[in-house]
Amino acid sequence: MLVGVGLATFIGVKTFKENITLFRSPSDIVAGKVKDGTRFRIGGMVVENSVQRRSDNLDIKFDLTDHANTVTVSYNGILPDLFSEGQGIVAMGQLDTDGMFVASEVLAKHDENYMPPEVAEALKKAGKMPGTSANFGAQTLVQP
Amino acid sequence: MFKWLHRFGSAPFVYRFSGALAPWVGGACAVLLGIGLYLGLFVAPTDYEQGESYRIIYVHVPAAIMSMFVYMVMAISSAVFLIWRMKLADAVAQAAAPIGASFTFLALVTGSLWGKPMWGTWWIWDGRLTSELLLLFLYLGYMALRAAIEQPQSAARAAAVLAIVGVVNIPIIHYSVEWWSTLHQPATITKLKPSIHESMAVPLRFMIFGFLFLFGYVLLVRLRTGILQREARASWVAQLPEIMRFNALAPAADSQAVSPSKHSETKHG
Repeated sequence: MLVGVGLATFIGVKTFKENITLFRSPSDIVAGKVKDGTRFRIGGMVVENSVQRRSDNLDIKFDLTDHANTVTVSYNGILPDLFSEGQGIVAMGQLDTDGMFVASEVLAKHDENYMPPEVAEALKKAGKMPGTSANFGAQTLVQP
Repeated sequence: MFKWLHRFGSAPFVYRFSGALAPWVGGACAVLLGIGLYLGLFVAPTDYEQGESYRIIYVHVPAAIMSMFVYMVMAISSAVFLIWRMKLADAVAQAAAPIGASFTFLALVTGSLWGKPMWGTWWIWDGRLTSELLLLFLYLGYMALRAAIEQPQSAARAAAVLAIVGVVNIPIIHYSVEWWSTLHQPATITKLKPSIHESMAVPLRFMIFGFLFLFGYVLLVRLRTGILQREARASWVAQLPEIMRFNALAPAADSQAVSPSKHSETKHG
């Protein structure tokens, strides 16, 4: 009975892998794995120095990367406090005709590292900041 | 050794043993939780990324670990009950279910409270959150199934099968953050080199063991009540000092009093 249940679950999990995956990576989008006009979630890291804000409204544009490919995201709304360059985020929305991802919701995906600010500072200086094993879709991301 | 183990099939022995053990387990729980909460809320440093908000980890992570641990206790007890027909193992599973459901509920609620300020949402249907919610439904299903079947033996057996089948969800919860892309972070402490600074990990260990002892304490208390309910007609129950005192308080053979049946002692195990 246990073997049967285990097998059934394994097959179920395998079959629905696509549906259980919360978000697609920039590489998935560049590879054309997402159908035009569908709403979906994209996940990745905000590229350093790519965030463009406007002074008169909440419009924001930034590049999202999985360290293989990059997609530009535009958004108008409140961002989570953790949003910053180099931060992992997950956004809901759809692609426009130019291949830009127009987001209706942006969520922050923090990593699994916990440390005091001084330790983080020291590790950053030494260039030894730990990466994340977070699954960003196409490949596992490790921060350089 | 085997003879010593065998005594755990005897309801009077387990009732007395758990009664003697419970205060120690409860005391250890209070000490561990006291130290853990103090260290976690006042001594541990703030997090470089999440500031003070990360401190909910000291309730969220122990609750989530226990939600799965209690399920395994419930499932293994159910298996022991089905294989060796040990009624006390079923009593353990029955006693564990509401405790596990409470831990699961606590993990979901604290996770939600953590998710809003950090992620920006109370809830998302990702692999981790959905499988943990399924765990809550498994606990509730187990309790509902027990309550729905009139005949105690059939109820116990059906519920035991459900508990064992539900075990497939446990590795799914644990590996959900590795198998699928999720909003929930990957594992921090259940890996070879935990990615949490020692100053933050120490209070977390106190809290995890505190929660473990909390489970132990509540389980022992609930198990004792469960044994009394199951053995209400046995003569050893009527001869317990606490029951005799209770019966003395409620005189005149009314329905409240616990009375021994004609069968002097029921068979245990």
